Amino acid sequence: MIDHILTLLIFFPALAAMLGFVVAKNSMRAYGITVAAIEFFLSLWLWYAYDPMVSGMQFMESMPVIPAFGINYLLGVDGLSLFIIILSTFFTLIGIASLTETRRLKDLIITLLFLEMTMVGVFAALDAIIFYLFWELSLVPMLYIIGAWGGPLRIYASIKFFLYTFTGSLVMLVGMLFMAYFYYQATGAWSFSILEWYRLILPESFQMWLFAAFFLGFAIKVPMFPFHTWLPYAHGQAPTIGSVILAAILLKMGTYAFVRFSLPLFPDASVFFMFPIAIIAIIMIIYTAMVAYAQEDIKQVVAYSSVSHMGVIILGTFALNVEGVSGSVFLMLAHGVVSGALFLLVGVIYDRRHTKLMSEFGGLASVMPRYAAIFGIMMMASVGLPLTINFVGEFLSLLGFYKQSHALTLTAGVAIIVGAIYMLAAYKKAFFGPVTNEENKHLKDLNKTELVGLIPLTIVAIWLGVYPKPVLEPINNSVESVIQLMHDKAQSAEAKARIPNVAGNDETISIQEAH
Amino acid sequence: MLEPVNVSIASLNLTTLTPMLIAIVGALSILAIDMFKEGLHKSLYVMISLLFLLLDLGALVDFAAIFAKNGTVLGFFNVVLMDGIAILSQIIIVGASMLFIPLALTSKRFHEYDYPEYFALFLFMIAGFQFMVATDNLILIFVGLETASLALYTMIALHNRHKSFEAAVKYFTMGALAAGFYAFGAMIFYAISGSVEINQIATVLAQDHYRNIGYVLVAVAFMIAAFGFKLSMVPFHTWTPDVYEGSSAALAGYMSIVPKIAAFVVAMRLFEFLVHSGVVWLNIILYIGVVVTMTAANIWALVQTDVKRMLAYSSISHAGFVMAAILIGTTQANTALFLYWALFSFTNLGAFTMLWVNRQKNLLSGQSSDHPYEKFSGMIKTMPMGAVMMGLFMLSLAGIPPFGLFWGKMYMIGSAVSAGYTILALIMALNSAIAGYYYLKLIVFMFMKEPMVGYDKFYFMNASLSLKTIIGIAVVGTIFAIFAVNPLLDVVTLFVYNSGY
Repeated sequence: MIDHILTLLIFFPALAAMLGFVVAKNSMRAYGITVAAIEFFLSLWLWYAYDPMVSGMQFMESMPVIPAFGINYLLGVDGLSLFIIILSTFFTLIGIASLTETRRLKDLIITLLFLEMTMVGVFAALDAIIFYLFWELSLVPMLYIIGAWGGPLRIYASIKFFLYTFTGSLVMLVGMLFMAYFYYQATGAWSFSILEWYRLILPESFQMWLFAAFFLGFAIKVPMFPFHTWLPYAHGQAPTIGSVILAAILLKMGTYAFVRFSLPLFPDASVFFMFPIAIIAIIMIIYTAMVAYAQEDIKQVVAYSSVSHMGVIILGTFALNVEGVSGSVFLMLAHGVVSGALFLLVGVIYDRRHTKLMSEFGGLASVMPRYAAIFGIMMMASVGLPLTINFVGEFLSLLGFYKQSHALTLTAGVAIIVGAIYMLAAYKKAFFGPVTNEENKHLKDLNKTELVGLIPLTIVAIWLGVYPKPVLEPINNSVESVIQLMHDKAQSAEAKARIPNVAGNDETISIQEAH
Repeated sequence: MLEPVNVSIASLNLTTLTPMLIAIVGALSILAIDMFKEGLHKSLYVMISLLFLLLDLGALVDFAAIFAKNGTVLGFFNVVLMDGIAILSQIIIVGASMLFIPLALTSKRFHEYDYPEYFALFLFMIAGFQFMVATDNLILIFVGLETASLALYTMIALHNRHKSFEAAVKYFTMGALAAGFYAFGAMIFYAISGSVEINQIATVLAQDHYRNIGYVLVAVAFMIAAFGFKLSMVPFHTWTPDVYEGSSAALAGYMSIVPKIAAFVVAMRLFEFLVHSGVVWLNIILYIGVVVTMTAANIWALVQTDVKRMLAYSSISHAGFVMAAILIGTTQANTALFLYWALFSFTNLGAFTMLWVNRQKNLLSGQSSDHPYEKFSGMIKTMPMGAVMMGLFMLSLAGIPPFGLFWGKMYMIGSAVSAGYTILALIMALNSAIAGYYYLKLIVFMFMKEPMVGYDKFYFMNASLSLKTIIGIAVVGTIFAIFAVNPLLDVVTLFVYNSGY
């Protein structure tokens, strides 16, 4: 069974969703929680069985689907994908457990389970077409969640979300077909296996174009400035559960794909585009932070701050060294936990007051102390306070990029610190001072359902902030092999210099010898 | 005085005519049955048609086996040509027809199905299309084309609505014009090469190194116009939405598949050798035609208020997309054409059948057409399974994996990539994105809006068991296409390659 655990992880929720059509409406919630919990424990089992010392792919499965065109059902996990898979199952569980939605709950839970299938599928797929399949399929449940349970502008928001991502990924599909064709030219056989593609060394000019094609698909998903305009609408209109999953998992598909595709496939192009992308990332950090500061709606503040932090992930990824990429992969998880939690917290207050305007609140700390405490912790984690989960990732990402450029890193670092202002300001407006609004005086503090979701997230946010090693080490091992691959494949002198030779590093050798 | 011609029966190889003859015999026997006893129920004729189509399919599978073993078979004064693409396209034609004809078994009564002639015409039409694809003789192509088209015009008109007559007359007029263009084109080809066989024309033209290039271009221009009408390429597409709107949804779905695959095969036979011999002018025209057809049809589809018209424009766009295969001209592209069309026939017939089951007898007040988007709003609440299936067809048409059409799209774009048509590949990809919008629009209506009062009683009003079965087959074909792609690719590639395309 452990040999096929990835297939199980992908299709178990989908199968359960189909059976879920039979379950009666009033029992659906319990069914959803049970399924998500089983799935979560399966993913924990995956972690348990995963060998952190191996840097390559584990639990690989392969089955020909369209051998005539080189498409195989190829799965595997390494340190990059393992924890994002666990994060996906974790958030589906928490999302379903803390659902407060009452309208057509059954449809919603079935949709969420289908969404879980696509999320796990994206991160476990090692064949480009299978990856693309789940990548595109993930749009459909999210479209439905935003469009059917969202706010007044939900249809506009959901279509914008869908079409933006769809357009980008079609260009990416053309890029994938080109990769397969180049592979065909080089070897005489079609293949869409990413691992096979890794072996291909492309001329620099091809790399540029293909990098651009893949970049468009990934950048829209992340979303990177200036392709980010769909996200505020999606977050603004989506129900709480939609925003949580979108921020915590779906956006990570883009950043994950950068590490999985762009870096190892196009090392020279990655170096070539390093500074332009870093500058976009810094614009993203600063610009969206400023926009966040101007928001009146607390959910929009969280949404823009989430985009802002995605900028740091991109910056870390394009540091193209072990610290930066490990940091960015870790930050993906951290960002998932923290922004997911913040959206859950915003959902809590929205359920009570049916407004998200900050001007409506004030002094909530005295009315809802537990809520204020958890919100405070998550807000601190979001701005990257040391000993919280975000700090580790942000620090490593910046450290990594510091090796490439001092000036840009300092700008980014200052921007992140200044960016803390808007979160603190928002927190102050909502939680401190006297209770000005009559309606707020009798708000109930967090109830059990909400605590079930929020307490584990708080624990994770602090635990991994204090002791990140169990997660960071497997990530680091896999990132090292990615960086080494990039170094070996790099052709231009600049790329060779920019991408460190990990094997030549004494420290890594000693680690490898120790085990 | 003419010499008596001695032809031995054996040299005629009359078996090559079997598939078409089965359809013709079927049509005649339906007429004969009606002669002996009038007023029989439509279900009898549907089943008889189905049986003959089954026999037809059996004969074709037999030919497929022969082709796989011995290669192309010629027969009947070497006019009938049973090569790989002829067999493949006939299988698609007959297969799609078998999915179409049970749609006559609606639970409501429709005028046209009371006439046994409808079913006879239907089988004659299939024979016509089969002749059209199974030859490279320009005259037999013409005969097949006209047999099929005249039968089709009548079938549209039999729907007996105001708009159906308009549609039939419009289609007839346009079709006559196209036939005229075709005849002119064929005439010029005959004038410069002394032959009406496409392979002979190709040989003669190659031998004299395209000395008469001017005439070739004129002939090609006529041919492009003729096939432009048949394939509804922009700017010859104007009839399509009106004709689709006027005919029953089932027939519209049929028209979006079967006549087009026949025309594609003829276009492949006629244009491929010209594309390969470097007639640059044709390449440019085809390139422009493909891009404009895809893009313009997509943009028109965006603004439609009726689902059937939207699907009509969408099928124009799909035809443009597939026409790219003729332009690219590699084996991979031609394989993609057949793969695409086989997958498309399931999805598109399914989508049109979903309209067909909602067909109401009379329009409500304020309803402008048969299938406005509003009719489907909130369908997820009133008819969840129907909404899910329609949504599935829309996603497949939009090219979301793993549903049917994605694989065709992917392979087609892949063939453009391998042939070096980078810009074309990008245009094809971006057009899929534009198309995403209008398919999504229907999904939005079905899943995200509140139901409209009055429309919900029409859902599945016509759905008898056989219609539901057809929808079920289309759904299964759409969802599980991923498992059919590899065997299809293997067979189609072999057949296309061995036919020399």
